[in-house]
Amino acid sequence: MVAVNLWYHVGSKNERPGRTGFAHLFEHLMFEGSAHHDSGFFEPLQRAGGLLNGSTNTDRTNYWEVVPTGALDLALWMESDRMGHLLPALTDEKFVNQRDVVLNERRQNYENRPYGLAGVALSAALFPPDHPYHWITIGDPDDLRAATLDDVRTFFTTYYHPGNASLTLAGDVDTDRALALAEEYFGEIPRGPATPPVWTSPLASESRSLLLEDRVELPRLYLGWHSPAMFAADDAELDLAADVLAHGKTSRLYRQLVYERRIATDVSAYQHSRELSGLFQIACTAAAGIALPVLEQAVTDAVRMLAAEGPTVDELARAEAQTEAQFVYRLQTVGGFGGKSDQLNAYNVFKGNPGYFDVDLTRYQSVTGPGMAAAVGRWLVDQPRVVLSVVPRGQRALALPDATEVQVS
Amino acid sequence: MSRVDRTKMPVPGAPRPFAFPTIARATLGNGLHVRVISHTSVPVAATVLLVPGGSSADAPDQAGLASLTADLMDEGSRGHSALEISDRIARMGGDLDLEVSHDATVISLATLDRFLDLGLALVHEICTTPNLAEPDFLRVRQLRLERLRQLRDHPAALADRAFAQLLYQSHPYAQPGHGTAASLGGLTPADVRQYHAAMFQPDGATLVVAGNQPAAVLLEKATAAFEGWLADPSLPMIARDRGRLDPPRAPSARLAIVPRPGAAQSELRLGHVSTSRRTPDYHALVLLNTVLGGQFVSRLNMNLREDKGYTYGVRTGFDLRRGDGPFVLQTSVGTEVTVPALGEAFNELRAIRNGRPVTSDELALAKSSVALGYPRGFETVQQIARSVAQLALHDLLDSYFEEFVPRLEAVTLDEVAAAAQRYLDPERMTAVIVGDHDRVGETLDVLGLGPAQTVAPPI
Repeated sequence: MVAVNLWYHVGSKNERPGRTGFAHLFEHLMFEGSAHHDSGFFEPLQRAGGLLNGSTNTDRTNYWEVVPTGALDLALWMESDRMGHLLPALTDEKFVNQRDVVLNERRQNYENRPYGLAGVALSAALFPPDHPYHWITIGDPDDLRAATLDDVRTFFTTYYHPGNASLTLAGDVDTDRALALAEEYFGEIPRGPATPPVWTSPLASESRSLLLEDRVELPRLYLGWHSPAMFAADDAELDLAADVLAHGKTSRLYRQLVYERRIATDVSAYQHSRELSGLFQIACTAAAGIALPVLEQAVTDAVRMLAAEGPTVDELARAEAQTEAQFVYRLQTVGGFGGKSDQLNAYNVFKGNPGYFDVDLTRYQSVTGPGMAAAVGRWLVDQPRVVLSVVPRGQRALALPDATEVQVS
Repeated sequence: MSRVDRTKMPVPGAPRPFAFPTIARATLGNGLHVRVISHTSVPVAATVLLVPGGSSADAPDQAGLASLTADLMDEGSRGHSALEISDRIARMGGDLDLEVSHDATVISLATLDRFLDLGLALVHEICTTPNLAEPDFLRVRQLRLERLRQLRDHPAALADRAFAQLLYQSHPYAQPGHGTAASLGGLTPADVRQYHAAMFQPDGATLVVAGNQPAAVLLEKATAAFEGWLADPSLPMIARDRGRLDPPRAPSARLAIVPRPGAAQSELRLGHVSTSRRTPDYHALVLLNTVLGGQFVSRLNMNLREDKGYTYGVRTGFDLRRGDGPFVLQTSVGTEVTVPALGEAFNELRAIRNGRPVTSDELALAKSSVALGYPRGFETVQQIARSVAQLALHDLLDSYFEEFVPRLEAVTLDEVAAAAQRYLDPERMTAVIVGDHDRVGETLDVLGLGPAQTVAPPI
């Protein structure tokens, strides 16, 4: 098997207000045929025994195939055809069809799912309206309906060309052949213009407390902070701090809130490090009958204590062992969502160095207790934050008392 | 450099030979079957212990007992607390999974290779000497009850629940593996201890270890860790295979709706009781399903998604178990297109049996897609260990993997057509809609399935 993995350095951060969700909608159109194969992208590759998909996030769009070795040329021919020759095959019919598919995707995975709109509310509150992380990648339904074929053409010309793409191959192929094939299939495609700079705006400096009524049985509290961008100083420290706070039964919040006090049914924390700016998020679901202010107090105290005292030797050892294992587990597959080829591309696109694996692992292994404590103090204590109370409809009394209602759809 | 010829697509070359994992086996003195696979890859080891008997072994008034017992097994052992167990797993970079399916209980642990000994000892310990203490029982049961509450708002969970209940009635496969509020409320710590003692016996269980070490070494380590696990013949026998009881057959097509006022989508299930993993038509069913709804380019997905834009995706599957599992079509569609989507689904199900049978090109596509992609399932040690455990669950030979592709290739068009006739019956299917009754209800009669029955699945 060989994994083909192609990244375009474009995501929802490159969108404009009024056209949100477009990068992802565009990704769908990449599977609808190109000039020299004007029918579905899936059929020839599934016939060849391949597995394939793509995904879009705020920062990048990826496309991948895992194919039997004999179908590598086919996969590269098809990837290069849609990179070089997509627009002649584009029709209004395909566009309308895929817009409907994406609207279904949004309803299925966000609107019709418990707590599904919390991320929309949190991003909107934490980032100002003119910041590209203000909206989530799936976008706004009205914006999706407003998108036009002209938008598609402009987007393709601007972002889909070799100058903005990174290709990796992993698995049953040697380096010489891989490079020759890349040249053969992609070498003739013009580089394209430099991509426009991503605009940003100052981050919100005020804390906010929001309320969202949802079709849920149990209230859930979300807390979000601005945090370091990926690979920036304190990024690894906060990643491990999230483990200490909420990963596994021995984590501080699980142990205290779920295991001992039994006022929560689950807790989670993660450092979502992104290209422009990070988001540190903690969430806990209340046990039945528990109001969210109790959880808010407990989380705030736990964060403060971690900043004051740092992790114990045991906590740091556990977090380090899990990190090493996660690094190794990620390399078990050649491709797909994750695997060697996707990892190489992440390092190449974001660090300009596909061989960054060892440096990255060292970054985590170098985290110290005092370093973690200082990072938590710098980013999470007395810093602007968004607290979101999601409560069952009609049960506002469970929310934080200062929460103001938000409308999301 | 020559330009790429864009007038024709490259034709894939012949598949490269693929060596399926070699399975070394032993049966210990206590009756435990041991299977080991040496897999040279990244330094990760996988341990899987499969015990026959899953949620279908629960007595009718004790739904959720198997699952609750599994949940409690990593909540402390030999007097150590749940936190101590969790700490040990974290320190070996471990990933522990306790999973109860309809027919089996499966404990899986992945660790970095250098912690294999510790991992084996841990799996042995939580299997044989869990505390199953009352305070942990009360805590874990309460968490389970809270999770059940949350499922009431989960359209897919509601749909699965209603579908299983309608299809299987009083058959064990109707029982929700996670239990109901009523059944969980009636369970006691003594029930869990009794169930654990009777269910976790070495005789008939299978231990699979896959890792980056020679097979002889893996076999030695597995044996050393588990040979002291002794069977207790004094315990009552437990009915591990109740899934094989005869399921009810649906009299005619029917329609049920789980009302979800204001729902953004309609969650759909459509199908009937089908057959078991022992069916001689297994390979024909794999191919039939691939054409119908088993992959992106299947008939159903190309129609409902790529042509009509009704859904983000639709898929079908024959869920083949030790007993007769269901055939099910599942999708989530826009509320306003609920009826046309169900209509198109029925059209495709009828057409593949009668009017538009599988063509030779569709069969060729399905065969090459499944056969050429087959080695992908053996990339990681976890995948390999789980696949080998499945052989044990379904009484399949070690040569099964080698024989899969040749047997698939041998399936004829006639056999696929016969499988469609025999294993799909749209006129006896049950349709479940979890959606906005007020907005879809009025037009449902055009489906010709009779009046919609309103159901509220017990959760």
